[in-house]
Amino acid sequence: MRLAFSIALRFLKSGKGQTILIVLGISVGVAVQLFIGSLIQGLQINLVNTTIGNSPQITITPTNTEKTIKDWERALYEAKISSNDIINLSVAADGPASFDYESDIDPVLIRGFELKNGNKIYGFEEGLYSGQLPSRKDEAIIGRELAEKTETNVNDKILIVSPFGGAIRLTVTGLYDLKVSSINETWVITNLETAQDILGIGNQVTGVEMQVNEVFEADKIAKSLAYTLSLPEVKVDNWKDQNQQLLSGLNGQSVSSIMIQVFVLVAVLLGISSVLAISVVQRSKQLGILKAMGIKDRDASLIFVFQGLMLGILGAILGITLGFGLLISFTTFAVNPDGTPVVPIYINNGFVALSGVFAIISAMTASLIPARLSSNLNPIEVIKNG
Amino acid sequence: MADIIRLKDINKIYGDKIKTQVLFDINLNFDAGSFNSIIGESGSGKSTMLNIIGTLDKPTSGEVYISGDRTDTLDKQALASLRNQTMGFIFQFHYLLPEFTAKENILMPYKIHDYHVPKDVDEWADELLQLVGLTKVSKNLANDMSGGQQQRTAIARALINRPKIILADEPTGNLDSDSTENVYKILRDINERYKTTFVIITHDQRIAEKTDRIIEVKDGRIHLDFKR
Repeated sequence: MRLAFSIALRFLKSGKGQTILIVLGISVGVAVQLFIGSLIQGLQINLVNTTIGNSPQITITPTNTEKTIKDWERALYEAKISSNDIINLSVAADGPASFDYESDIDPVLIRGFELKNGNKIYGFEEGLYSGQLPSRKDEAIIGRELAEKTETNVNDKILIVSPFGGAIRLTVTGLYDLKVSSINETWVITNLETAQDILGIGNQVTGVEMQVNEVFEADKIAKSLAYTLSLPEVKVDNWKDQNQQLLSGLNGQSVSSIMIQVFVLVAVLLGISSVLAISVVQRSKQLGILKAMGIKDRDASLIFVFQGLMLGILGAILGITLGFGLLISFTTFAVNPDGTPVVPIYINNGFVALSGVFAIISAMTASLIPARLSSNLNPIEVIKNG
Repeated sequence: MADIIRLKDINKIYGDKIKTQVLFDINLNFDAGSFNSIIGESGSGKSTMLNIIGTLDKPTSGEVYISGDRTDTLDKQALASLRNQTMGFIFQFHYLLPEFTAKENILMPYKIHDYHVPKDVDEWADELLQLVGLTKVSKNLANDMSGGQQQRTAIARALINRPKIILADEPTGNLDSDSTENVYKILRDINERYKTTFVIITHDQRIAEKTDRIIEVKDGRIHLDFKR
């Protein structure tokens, strides 16, 4: 076995041009695979973040006729104990109202939160482009589109008419832009107490919202939450059930990314295999005499398996380096006007390691054909034709 | 002297549809320690006979014995070991591994059997290098030597495992007359020193005449068997 290894090493060293060519072939394959894989992963994480990162991933909503949850403190407690993966719990008091301004009346959605908690889910503070979050009762923030339409500025008072006819004046403490125009146009965000007052629901809430550590586990976490909850007349929803199209889109993307990666690897595998097979023919004289001198078929084939292994390792190392280079240059040169990368790339160490291991396995698999040729080579053929 | 090689009723037929018989009922014995030559025209079957003795080829029918043990029934693995331990091959072409130096090439048959080379074997390799006059080029890669040097390396390589038998197929076919003379001196010297059995195929009548026994093969049959 050690002889096979040392012969393999000499063969690779003496055929430098060929060796470099194969290593380059493998490393380009690994680099492309790594690059595409990381890019698609980055794209997906980015997409998931922008789509559901700033929204509740699991919600508890009432199913009773009043559409309110009375014992919401218990709901919060039970959600907390049902799973460690639940984070950013917040209650909300939501309801329709009208915004009465100089020229018109617009329907709006009153959304009341314990603002500290709601902020963790929706990122209100980050979205504020003017003013600050409400800190007292009867204060609110409104979105960019609504503010522009109604010509409202920070510190203005606005008139909100509740569905039951009551009117309340709220002081606008800030203007936000959550990058979703339907939210910017309709949400009037205030603290829980204010919203409860406007909507006339007393101390009750209309929903409990939360996020989870592993967004793709939301359905399972929601299931266990539903099991834990002892409240009557509530249901638990999760983003996965509500966003089937997004999920199938993401799946499609994953599958096509995997397909591309597999074909890149197959191309690499065929390339190595053919070059190594040629090298068996090139070295048939050496193999023939080794066999005449008594080298076993197994060792004769191991020579090529070792070559595959060494080429695979070299190719994987170089390929990963090259792949990182590509990723770095992509994030450096493909940028948005504000300097952030078009697609933020996430380096997944497991994926990098997997790429390397796949390259090595592919190279070794590719060496099986030449190994077989070498094993089957009959010394008499070589010596007769020598 | 005991027979070290024995061929019994050897027939060799090539081809499936169109059959060509190259050896007909060959019966031949070689004494241990003898120095033999086989002559014959090209296509007479002498190389086939040598390859059958060397277990590189199998007879269509008949039996082959090396040191009294039958070899034509052994499997590939056993034959590989047998060749490694009991035979040395010298061909018209040297078949050195160009990726290795002269000394590494010489040690190759030993390494096939055992990768770790002990001191005495290493010294034996040096001795062989001296015997074939290659001490100065022992670290040269195979391609950085002259034709004569390459062939002498191949001879040293055939000897490293101290085989009982050396089979040589036109070992000087590619060499000039001075080198040829030199190579034969070496072979004869080895034969006398180590009592190695030699079976040498040659075209060269003068060389054949210097051997102990001349076997002439004609049309696949032993035409003449002359012992001195």
